[in-house]
Amino acid sequence: MNTDVFGSMSAGCCRCTIDSRGELLSVRLSGEIDQAGAAPLRERIDQAAESCLPQTLMLDFSGVTFMDSSGIGLIMGRYRLMQTMGGELLVTGASPRIRRLMQMGGLDKLPIFGGGEKPRQ
Amino acid sequence: MKAINTMSLTFDSLEVNESFARSAAAGFFTQLDPTVEELCDIRTAVSEAVTNAIVHGYRRGAGKVRLTARIYPGRKITVAVRDSGCGIADIEKAMEPLYTTDPEGERSGLGFSVMQSFMDAVRVSSAPGKGTTVTMQRTLSPLPERGEAE
Repeated sequence: MNTDVFGSMSAGCCRCTIDSRGELLSVRLSGEIDQAGAAPLRERIDQAAESCLPQTLMLDFSGVTFMDSSGIGLIMGRYRLMQTMGGELLVTGASPRIRRLMQMGGLDKLPIFGGGEKPRQ
Repeated sequence: MKAINTMSLTFDSLEVNESFARSAAAGFFTQLDPTVEELCDIRTAVSEAVTNAIVHGYRRGAGKVRLTARIYPGRKITVAVRDSGCGIADIEKAMEPLYTTDPEGERSGLGFSVMQSFMDAVRVSSAPGKGTTVTMQRTLSPLPERGEAE
């Protein structure tokens, strides 16, 4: 396992902390997710996922203060990645504003919000 | 209608300037005392327009992006984002949800949809090889009557 891909990183105005525990790879996102931050972020997350092959990849948006449609692409891409790995993506902690964006991108139709976090209709 | 205040800035076509552009536009409009929600909407819409200029207009190549923010009477505002990039041949198609010229970059194709959702009106003027100007307009909500918030 490549342990260099875990821990914290900054990309533009966005930061993330990646932690692997058993079958769970958790990514805590914070700051602002835009096009500048999304590319290095997805590279780092994909490296970590391919390194530890988790059953669940959890993206925690509770520290995200701004997101544009780049974040939709980030989630869609990770959803597809976990599908190819036979695992699942879980999205948590999104604010109502970010959930509205996710809904615009049709993410509410995907089984990625666990129990009670589905974007409001 | 004549603008009562205008701010223009030109910056390099670099993704790192997206946050600068949305913050500059939001900073300019704070003089109207908008709600937090309105400022967030403007920041998001500007971010989408600037990303489009960089990713689609210039295909991530070198160029200049010009942002012009205007305030009109009646709390009406406009933001124009102009590039001198490749331009758009079919504007109607480009504005369709999920359409993107950059699938490799994991773009969601929602840029124009987000702009239209968060602003009152979006106008696109473009021609192949001539660049693109996206002009977004919104009327901010009236300020509360004096004493209403007390």
